[in-house]
Amino acid sequence: MIEGAVWRKWVFYNIPLILFVFVLLFPFYWMIITSFRPDGELYRPWNAVNYQPFWTNKPTLEHFVYLFEETDFGQWMINTMFIAVTSTLISLFCGVLAGYALARLNFPFAGSLGTVIFVTYLVPQTLLFIPLAEIIRNFHLGDTPWSLILTYPTFLIPFCTWLMMGYFKAIPKELEECARIDGASRFKAMVYIIVPIAVPGILSAGIIAFTLSWNEFIYALVFLSSPEEKTVAVGVTSELIRGDVFFWGSLMAGALLGSVPVAIVYSFFVEHYVSGLTGSVKG
Amino acid sequence: MAEVTLTKLNKYFDTTHVVKDVDLQIRDKEFMVFVGPSGCGKTTTLRMIAGLEAVSSGDIRIENTVVNQVPPMDRDIAMVFQNYALYPHMSVASNMAFGLKMRKFPRDQIQDRIKRAAAILGIENLLGRKPRQLSGGQRQRVALGRAIVRDPKVFLFDEPLSNLDAKLRVQMRVELKKLHERLAVTSIYVTHDQVEAMTLGDRVVVMRDGVVQQVGEPLELYNRPANRFVAGFIGSPAMNFADVTISDQGGKVVAEATGLKIVLPGELAARARTHMNGAGTRATLGIRPEDIHVAGAADSPDHCLEAEVEVVEQLGSEILLDTRVGQALVVASIDPNVRVRTHDKLKLALNPERLHLFDPETEKAF
Repeated sequence: MIEGAVWRKWVFYNIPLILFVFVLLFPFYWMIITSFRPDGELYRPWNAVNYQPFWTNKPTLEHFVYLFEETDFGQWMINTMFIAVTSTLISLFCGVLAGYALARLNFPFAGSLGTVIFVTYLVPQTLLFIPLAEIIRNFHLGDTPWSLILTYPTFLIPFCTWLMMGYFKAIPKELEECARIDGASRFKAMVYIIVPIAVPGILSAGIIAFTLSWNEFIYALVFLSSPEEKTVAVGVTSELIRGDVFFWGSLMAGALLGSVPVAIVYSFFVEHYVSGLTGSVKG
Repeated sequence: MAEVTLTKLNKYFDTTHVVKDVDLQIRDKEFMVFVGPSGCGKTTTLRMIAGLEAVSSGDIRIENTVVNQVPPMDRDIAMVFQNYALYPHMSVASNMAFGLKMRKFPRDQIQDRIKRAAAILGIENLLGRKPRQLSGGQRQRVALGRAIVRDPKVFLFDEPLSNLDAKLRVQMRVELKKLHERLAVTSIYVTHDQVEAMTLGDRVVVMRDGVVQQVGEPLELYNRPANRFVAGFIGSPAMNFADVTISDQGGKVVAEATGLKIVLPGELAARARTHMNGAGTRATLGIRPEDIHVAGAADSPDHCLEAEVEVVEQLGSEILLDTRVGQALVVASIDPNVRVRTHDKLKLALNPERLHLFDPETEKAF
């Protein structure tokens, strides 16, 4: 491809890209620096002689130590992981089956059913938590991980269903027809042929569902109350902001550690993930 | 023994009637080709035989058993799809093994059959590869192999060669023919390519708008087309047609149009005579390009035309002349050694034994 003049490439490509990357990464940088900065430096006024906002010469782990010794951070991580993984698995299982049915089976009202499922995804969580809270209370699930494991699918299943439906539709019908002529029942054709081909799509749906549950805030805030049951997002913000006192160092340390699992999951599956969102199946 | 019989077979998609009262008997070990333009219902008929589409009315019998309600997995058929439909996540060997595994064949027998099929198709060295690592021709072979290992009662082919380039298509056509001779399994083959139909089929079914137009051996379709559609569809380049008036002129039956006057030969004249009512009966005269040549001294003026050349297509083995005869456009395939140029006026002679007459309304042959 011929790109044209060098200045053009800088003005339209390189400089915007650098700006974009800077804007995107700066909060992370700030988070990292703050979490390693000693309290003395953190609360130094901006007009002090040795004010040094972008770097520290005396990195410390004291905030991390505080996080693990003075709060239930370890427990929050375990809670969040358990809730995110379980609700993701439930949603994937339902989403794959529902997506397949909507994409492939001919039954009355299949089209409108798909739309209705999508509409439920559009109801804002900030409203939906009110009736859900009622349900959670009636079932005595409040302050247990199950209150979240069973409510996260309300937005994860529609999401997974729609993503998988699109993915299944892109798989040529002939593959399945061929399998059925080859001696597989509809269900076996799905299990042995369609699902393995759809693995990139399933992974993408799983990663996004995992991230959504990991980062979810409002249900976790409403349904969980005791400190040892909380998730990272709620625990860090409720236990490390006391009144108007912000424990900035530990807050940032918690945020940093809390984003690590998601980052690992993404980087591990990134190739599949991209092909799942952008690629179709090649025969 | 695997006959396939279709009785009064119909298919509706909602209100569209796509297959209309198809009656057909496909004999054991026969290679039957369904041919017709796209949308003629040939693929739908094949898919009904496969069990992929439900039958709206009528019966499909395989070996004298009605299979209308039998799911595809239990019909003991194998199908080769236009886009090959190889399972992309499986190796060639696993692709071929899938059908046998589903039928719970023992492992050593599966290996045995794969080896044999691979040897027949010359794909032994590809068994470990994934479909995406194969060329179009190789994929086609694997798709065939997957059908062969099953050793089914009936093979179904849905335009299997149309995704291949022209040269490979000719080569695979020959191989398919050899393969059928070797395996001797009842085969049903759908194509829109009349050359494939003519070369592969023991018999050919010509379909149009869901209706069977004619069933017969390839040469029968070529020599005695039942109607104008079959006449125009079979043969390349297509048959020439001209609207003529036939009349009895002093004991001779003559077909006339502007710039064209042909005396019909004995047998055709007799058949034309039975259709004649009054002086000027309208008819469609058909003649194949290969039955026209440049007139010589031996040709009777009764079967000659004055033509003006509009286009000369030199193909090496023959010359195709697009000529104008009166109002009609006539394509002639002539000896490549004849020297002709655009705008030449010349005399063309028809082979009178090879003329066809069709009713202009019903399009049926006289």
